[in-house]
Amino acid sequence: MPQMNGSEIIIRLLEKQGIEIVAGIPGGANLPLYHALSGSKIRHILARHEQGAGFIAHGMARSTGKAAVCFGTSGPGATNLLTAIADAKLDSVPIVAITGQVPSSMIGTDAFQEVDTYGMTLPITKHNFLVRSAEELLCVIPEAFRIAESGRPGPVVVDVPKDVQKESIHVDTLSEMDSPVHPKYELDLDDISLFNEMLQKSEKPVLLIGGGVIMSDAIEQVSAFARKNNIPVATTLMGLGCFPPDDLLYIGMVGMHGARYANMIMDETDLVIALGMRFDDRATGKVDAFCPNASIIHVDVDRSEIDKIKTSSLSIIADLSTALDQLLPTVEENMRSDWIEHVKSLKKNNALQPPKISDPYHPIHLLKTINQLADPDAIYTTDVGQHQMWAAQWIPITYPRQFLTSGGLGTMGFGMPAAIGAALANPEKQVICISGDGSILMNIQELATIRDHDLNVKILIFNNGNLGLVRQQQEYFYEKVYSGTQFESLPDFAVIASGFGIRSQKLGNEPDPSNALKEALDMKGPVLLDIPIHVAENVTPMVPPGSANSVMIGE
Amino acid sequence: MIQQTNTIIELEVQNHAGVMSHITGLFSRRGFNLEGILCGQIGDGSASRMYLLVNEDKFLEQIVRQLEKLYDVRSVTIRPDYDHTLFDKLHDLIKIGKPA
Repeated sequence: MPQMNGSEIIIRLLEKQGIEIVAGIPGGANLPLYHALSGSKIRHILARHEQGAGFIAHGMARSTGKAAVCFGTSGPGATNLLTAIADAKLDSVPIVAITGQVPSSMIGTDAFQEVDTYGMTLPITKHNFLVRSAEELLCVIPEAFRIAESGRPGPVVVDVPKDVQKESIHVDTLSEMDSPVHPKYELDLDDISLFNEMLQKSEKPVLLIGGGVIMSDAIEQVSAFARKNNIPVATTLMGLGCFPPDDLLYIGMVGMHGARYANMIMDETDLVIALGMRFDDRATGKVDAFCPNASIIHVDVDRSEIDKIKTSSLSIIADLSTALDQLLPTVEENMRSDWIEHVKSLKKNNALQPPKISDPYHPIHLLKTINQLADPDAIYTTDVGQHQMWAAQWIPITYPRQFLTSGGLGTMGFGMPAAIGAALANPEKQVICISGDGSILMNIQELATIRDHDLNVKILIFNNGNLGLVRQQQEYFYEKVYSGTQFESLPDFAVIASGFGIRSQKLGNEPDPSNALKEALDMKGPVLLDIPIHVAENVTPMVPPGSANSVMIGE
Repeated sequence: MIQQTNTIIELEVQNHAGVMSHITGLFSRRGFNLEGILCGQIGDGSASRMYLLVNEDKFLEQIVRQLEKLYDVRSVTIRPDYDHTLFDKLHDLIKIGKPA
């Protein structure tokens, strides 16, 4: 391959990287890239908005753990990608976004569709590149993947001016992709003995696990570790799916919408072993009052997370599965009968309360019905709001990468495009997008992308005509002044979906939605259901923002 | 003038156009104070050395860890041994630049 231009180099390097699908939208400044793409076996998914393309990449990356790619043109193409990139930063998702830029000679002239993509993506990426020559691409593209996937994963932006995409250079061979080099992470023997000393001394330890467990593939090690020493396991929102929800040791999600018992146990514990989590404020509540009686052991691959929010007595900077492999044989067996009994009784007496009414349209009953009817290995995506928290509370997530949700950034509009990405990367699986009537409108245009590829995505809209979670806060904390949270016009989502050529139904007339849900879930291909729920239903328990987790409203 | 206790962070960074943005962007995004910067090329020009004048406060350790994560940063060292009054000379420069 003697002569290649920058675009051909990018596409060939993506192929070598094993990329099979790219989501994106073409425009003036990435035309050369799309020209090169047309000659490739890489499948292009044409989104209808760049944010959709970005979240399609999320769906692929979050459901597989491998870096996924999205394309956008310069200017609005790049600005539209920003939200998805920021979301990937906060949830540590490996995304490589390749943006077109105006030609190098025009940078800085306020050219048509010019924005400073490099400057704008600087604070929301793990790293970003503005590529100056086709030659640079030879190392920037593999490096972008290495950065995105190594250590704590994250988004990388590669901004490529149009002239660089067209620049033709002599290329002898494209360097082989090195498989990522994982540092060894030899644990310090003193740390191991301190770890065990603290664990032995502890009477009420808790494992608090986060998304890092999924990224490090440490599910089995966490489970073996918890069982060997009988340590209850709490999770963050991002850690759902790392531990069997029906297990005796499992205490579920902590924090703002965690179960009452989960927050109570965290209040009592004398040792928190935090694994791959970052003490997010939605998990900790008021930080000073979080686990007030506990020492903290923090294991994370990102050194800057240590002592950022909560000071630890022992920190281990390492890849989790490697660290646990080394710790596990040193940990002694322990029955911890008193603590386990106590945890059991707290769980029993302070469980999440199912609704007192039997209305099958109650959101919690709906979620239980959906979960019963869904494939056991179905992938759930959510948008952001009440439906998201109900789903986190009531759908028993059994596998890692089964629950895809925007945790850190909390982006409404995440759910449907993420479901598209998950369906593309897992064509054999059923993908269920739990959404709300507020969130769904934020990326509704991607219904067209679903139709293009006839994806097996079930979109279930929990419709209460309001921005429910905001409304709930107004009810509790803002004197029931519902400022800006009630929608004045209520679109007919079933009609909208059928306009996109997607089967749909508006529920509510039949006393029991189970049959319609069953039919929708049993059918192959896309379906949208608009399901009315009552606006007065709130997600509880709820810790008021800024309060200690011991302050919980509702049951 | 400089009232608080300050210290100097010495950085060795890869020398290209975006590095300064990455460093200063980190400080603004994380809400850290940055009192002064001195920067110059070293060796063959592929690297630069930067001196950051920062407050010596509880954020210092976190600043260092965040700096270490930056892709273009090769090394980070806190230099309490350096004379940070060096930066005061910059203030003299600023005075000189002021119209009389």
